[in-house]
Amino acid sequence: MSGAVLEPPAAARGLPQPPIGGLRAHADLIFAALGLLAMLVAVLTLAALVLDLAVRGLPRLDLQFLTSFPSRRPSQAGILSAWVGTTLVMLVTAAITIPLGIGAAIYLEEYAPRNRLTDLIEINVANLAGVPSIIYGLLALGLFVYALGLGRSILTAGLTLALLVLPIIIVATREALRAVPPTVREAAYALGATRWRMIADHLLPYSAGGIATGVIIALSRAIGETAPLITIGALTFIAFLPTPPIRPDFPFVSFQWLSDPFTVLPIQMFNWVSRPGTDFLPNAAAAGLVLIVMTIAMNLAAIVIRIRVRRRVKW
Amino acid sequence: MRLTTSLFAAVAAATLSGALALRPHPAAAQATIAIDGSSTVFPITEAVAEEFQRTNRNVRVTVGISGTGGGFKKFCRGETQIQDASRPILQAEMEECRRAGIRYVELPIAFDAVTVVVSPRNRFVECLTVAELRRIWEPAAQGRITNWNQVRPGFPDARLSLYGAGADSGTFDYFTEAVVGRAKASRGDYTASEDDNVLVQGVARDPNALGYIPFAYVAAHARDLKTVAIDGGRGCVQPSAETVLNGTYAPLSRPLFLYVNLQALERPEVRRFVEFYLSPAGRDLIREVRYVPLPEQAYEIGLRRVRERIAGTGYGGRAEVAMPIAEVLQHEPRE
Repeated sequence: MSGAVLEPPAAARGLPQPPIGGLRAHADLIFAALGLLAMLVAVLTLAALVLDLAVRGLPRLDLQFLTSFPSRRPSQAGILSAWVGTTLVMLVTAAITIPLGIGAAIYLEEYAPRNRLTDLIEINVANLAGVPSIIYGLLALGLFVYALGLGRSILTAGLTLALLVLPIIIVATREALRAVPPTVREAAYALGATRWRMIADHLLPYSAGGIATGVIIALSRAIGETAPLITIGALTFIAFLPTPPIRPDFPFVSFQWLSDPFTVLPIQMFNWVSRPGTDFLPNAAAAGLVLIVMTIAMNLAAIVIRIRVRRRVKW
Repeated sequence: MRLTTSLFAAVAAATLSGALALRPHPAAAQATIAIDGSSTVFPITEAVAEEFQRTNRNVRVTVGISGTGGGFKKFCRGETQIQDASRPILQAEMEECRRAGIRYVELPIAFDAVTVVVSPRNRFVECLTVAELRRIWEPAAQGRITNWNQVRPGFPDARLSLYGAGADSGTFDYFTEAVVGRAKASRGDYTASEDDNVLVQGVARDPNALGYIPFAYVAAHARDLKTVAIDGGRGCVQPSAETVLNGTYAPLSRPLFLYVNLQALERPEVRRFVEFYLSPAGRDLIREVRYVPLPEQAYEIGLRRVRERIAGTGYGGRAEVAMPIAEVLQHEPRE
């Protein structure tokens, strides 16, 4: 016990109080300034990065750039195969990881019994979120490429990235489910709803905003991943598009594109940055801008979903 | 409710597409030529693939960069039809291919020089002997040779900072074999990167740095780097197109290769691609991407190997070094 605690406060002892704006007010100000500084460091770094990319990449960004295949000549090179590849891989990733992630989260949060096994699963999910992405690449190389014989294809890439971001979606979805007040659950049960009806009609709609945020964070991470895709053998030069999903003859749809070779934007950027000379650097910057625009577009979609949900849900 | 429905739809779609994708596919309607291997050869193959597809729209050519070693793994598994290599095939890789029943045609396609570089601000290094390079780079130098004055008594007392190729690179295999005498034998305490631009940046900024990089990077960064002449026993020689071609820039000039799967060569589009690679148009592309083409004779020999299906390697499984062009071409392939 220090003496300071035993000592009665200054006011109680009848001594003059420190003037307003004394030590405590100063501490408050200092902390606010520190917080602002921390925020500015983060925001300004991001702004500087984007600005730098924009200055170097914008002059190169035009329709030709978006509709051309890679080339040895910087002025003719484009990112058509790269952005199409990125879009298709993300589609596969989303189609696999969203249902799996949300399903797993609902099970863990609402159905799983409290026991050792569940604890073990929870710890593992949390740990998986921290596993370096290259490890997922190695797993995918052994499992998808060789053991399952899926080849170095769009499907393999989508599955790999789906595994990679699955823990992020699970964790975010569980947080969102937990944020729904227990009274809502109890009210639904009181009205005779089964557990599934309660989840489908109340829990999921109310937590959709949070889930959407988690999904977008996960997909934003996946879209920039390079290491696992290089490990499974994504290609560097590819001057054709995957097989179109729609065919003129029966059965009109084709899933051939899933097994086609591909490249993605980060790999194309990496290739341009690592070439001899500096001729390709504007191309790399322009490709980076496209990647950032794609990420921001996804984030905007998440924000829109969140606002709509918030408007609908009232308690 | 709507969300539930779309959730179900998503699950159904995922399952369906997964099931459909796992079904074996009929052969793709369009012929694909898969190429992988050395990042040093990549710029040439990329240029050739780009031009080839301009005139052969129904053929799909893919080019990857797995490094010479990584590429050979895929090649000997039959995953690729053509392999880019910055050194001849090694004994272990020949064995791997033999086990898988993969036979191949070896085609020298261009010359590259491994270039020793220092910063333009370095005033004291103009020329190094191979013995001095060995003293710097051999495994025994690790932690011991750390100062320029240990390399040559006349050099100043300055910290020696080293930059070189990473272990997956064919450049690394070739440089170590040429300088140290054994492929992959190198000290480990240097800045290693598979990305040659990293090495260029490192050397350019540090007046005490020494590095080795492929010649194409030197040409592209002429203002940031100073090339060091190499004394292989016959005086100091600067790397250039001429000294590489006449064989005086030794032992650090090396041939680059294509290995073509013999069975795939039966496919007309693969044969067309290889013939285009070895044609005069291919030569122009090699020059355009800043490599040194071989003498005409080399391409005639290459075309003959393709025509007559002459399989095997002329190097007996070693990353052979210090070989004048004329000699490279004399090597009859053996399996």
